[in-house]
Amino acid sequence: MASKLIDKYMREDHLPHIWCPGCGHGILMRNVAKAIDNLGINQEKVCLVSGIGCAARAAGYMDFQTMHTTHGRAIAFATGVKMARPDLEVIVIAGDGDIAAIGGNHLIHAARRNINITVIVFNNDIYGMTGGQYSPTTPTGDYGTTAPYGNLDRPFDIGLLAAAAGASYSAKGTCYHVPQTIKLIEDGIKHKGFALIDCLGVCPTYYGRKNKKGGAVEMLTRQKENMITAEQAYKLPIHERESKVILGKIAENDFPEFTEEYQKIIDRLVKQNG
Amino acid sequence: MTRKVLMQGNEAVVEGAIKGGMRFFAGYPITPSTEIAEMAALKLPRVGGRFIQMEDEIASMAAVLGASAVGTKTMTATSGPGFSLKQENLGYGCMTELPCVVVNVQRSGPSTGLPTSPSQGDVMQAKWGTHGDHPVIALSPSSVEETYHLTIRCFNLAEKYRTPVILLMDEIVGHLREGVSIPENEQVDIIERKLKERPDVFHLPYHVCEGEYVPRWHLTGYDVRYNITGLAHGVDGFPTNNNEIAGALVTRLVEKINHGYEDIVTFEEYMLDDADMMVVCYGGTARSVKTAVDMARAQGIKVGMFRAITVWPSPEKELKALSKKIKSVIVAEHNYGQYSLEVQRIIERPVGFVGKVDGTVITPDEVLAKIKEGR
Repeated sequence: MASKLIDKYMREDHLPHIWCPGCGHGILMRNVAKAIDNLGINQEKVCLVSGIGCAARAAGYMDFQTMHTTHGRAIAFATGVKMARPDLEVIVIAGDGDIAAIGGNHLIHAARRNINITVIVFNNDIYGMTGGQYSPTTPTGDYGTTAPYGNLDRPFDIGLLAAAAGASYSAKGTCYHVPQTIKLIEDGIKHKGFALIDCLGVCPTYYGRKNKKGGAVEMLTRQKENMITAEQAYKLPIHERESKVILGKIAENDFPEFTEEYQKIIDRLVKQNG
Repeated sequence: MTRKVLMQGNEAVVEGAIKGGMRFFAGYPITPSTEIAEMAALKLPRVGGRFIQMEDEIASMAAVLGASAVGTKTMTATSGPGFSLKQENLGYGCMTELPCVVVNVQRSGPSTGLPTSPSQGDVMQAKWGTHGDHPVIALSPSSVEETYHLTIRCFNLAEKYRTPVILLMDEIVGHLREGVSIPENEQVDIIERKLKERPDVFHLPYHVCEGEYVPRWHLTGYDVRYNITGLAHGVDGFPTNNNEIAGALVTRLVEKINHGYEDIVTFEEYMLDDADMMVVCYGGTARSVKTAVDMARAQGIKVGMFRAITVWPSPEKELKALSKKIKSVIVAEHNYGQYSLEVQRIIERPVGFVGKVDGTVITPDEVLAKIKEGR
C-alpha cells in the first residue's frame, strides 16, 4: 500500500529525503498523501505551499503543484494562490517554528478570514533544520541549543490557537495514530474554510536526544501512552493538559468562506455594470 | 476619444494597473500610498479582479507572488517602512522569476521619518534592498499622466522579463492632483507571459529556449506538476547545492535585464542639444528642475535636464555619452546623495549635488542657485 502511494504521490527522483533516521515527518507526509488519495482529488489541482524548515521540504518530495517559499510566509503565499485560483485545492505543510513563531501572524489572520486553505503542521517541538533551538511549542523547562538552562517560554497549543483565532476547522493528530490522523486531515481538506491539523511529530535527533526522551520508538510509544481525546483534554485544567498528547477535533463550524463571499461581490458588480 | 480628468497620482496607478491587466492586489495601509489600496479595493471586483487587505506588508508581498505563480497579473503598493518589510519576499520574486509590480510611494525616512512628506531616499534600496545579487527594474514617474502610462509599462516589463518591477513614486507625484488625458478605448500594447510551446519542457519551469534569457511559463494546474523554490535551483525548479548551476542561475537573472537594456531604459532629455551643463534627476524632483532650467535659460545659461525615467537599470550609456560633451553635471534628488553616486560612477568624475532631507520640496530657486554656482 505504502509503495503505491510512493509511486503516485512522491517524486522518487528527489528521494531519499533529508530527514534524520527516526524522524516522524515521513509518517506525516504519507498521511497527507493518503488523505488526498482517499479523497480522490486530481493531482494537478493540488497546490502544495510550504515555507522553510524540515517540514517545508515535504513540498519538494510530493508530486503536486509545489511552492517552497520563504520562512513563515507559506499561508500568505497560499492566500494569493487561492484568491487567484479558487479552483485549486491549496494545502500548506509547515513546521511549528515556521507556522507559530515567524509565521504566527499569518496563521491567526488566515484563520480569522476563513479562506479555504488546509494547513498541516508537522509539529516536532523544535527547530530541526538549524540544529535544535527551542520553538514556540517546546515545553517549558525542556532543553534546546538556545535553551541550555531550560526553556523559560510557555508553549503554544497550535490547534487551540487556530481555533481561538476563528479557524472553522481545527484538529490535532499525531505520528503514532495514523488512521485517525489521516481521517482528520481528510476532513480538514474536505472542509470549506480555513482548516488546520496540528500533528505532533517526532524529532529524536534534536529534541529527543537533548531531553533524554529516548529514540524514535520510545517517543512514539509515549504518544500512544499519553494520548487523550480532544474532547477529554479541553475539559482538563491547563497544567494537567500540557503533558498529554491530544487527538481529535477542536473546532468544526460552518462559517462563510472568503473566496466564495468575494465571488458574490464580483457577480453583483459585474451584473450591475451589465 | 480622450477622457480629461483631474486625478491624483495614486489613483492613476490603479487606472494604469487595471489597463495593464492587474487582476489581483494585496496591500496594507500606509501613508502616503494608501489611496492605491483603496482604489484597487473599489475597482478590481468591477472587472472581475480581486483585492485583499493582508495582515501586514510581508503577507501582501507574499500573496501577490502566490497569485502571480498561478498566472495572474498582480500588484502591491507601499511606502518606506513597508518597502523595507517587503524586501525578503521581493528577493523571492526575483529568484523564482515571478512577475509583479511593487509600488513604493517614497516618504521621508529613515525609519518612520516624516510619513506625509516627500523624499527619494529609497532609490538605492530599490536597487539593493533585498539580499544577494539580483535583477532590478525600477521606473520613476514625474507627473500623474506619466504615472498612468508607466504603470502599464511596469506590468509589461514584469511579464516580459519575469521579474518584480518597482514603480518608484514619490509623495510629490503620489499626492499630486492634475489634469490627465486618458485615451478611451485606446489600443495599449499589453504583454502576456510567454508560454511554453514544447510539451517536453512543460515540467521544467526554468528551461530557457535557445537565444532567450527568460524562461517561458506553463499554466499551473494542467498536464504537469512542477516545483518552485527560493533556493538555488536548476531548470527543473528543485533545490541544488551544485555551484556551477547556482552560479549560472544568478548570472542569467542579472544578464536577462542587462540584455534588455535598450528595451527597458527610457529617459527624457530637455534642452541638452547646446548645453554645457546638465542637471540629472528623476521622479517628482524633475518638475522643479525643469522650471529651474527654464529660468537659467532666460538668463542665458546653457543648461539642460536629463531625467531618468528608468532609474534601474540606470541609463548608463546615455549618461556616459552626454558627459563627453557636457562639462558640468549636477544631480538633483530628494535625499542626501544616492543616485549622484551612481552618476559619478558612470561618468567617472565628480558631480554637483542639490538635495534635501527635511521633508520639504526642492524648489526651482534652489536648483537655479546650484546651476549658477557652476557645479
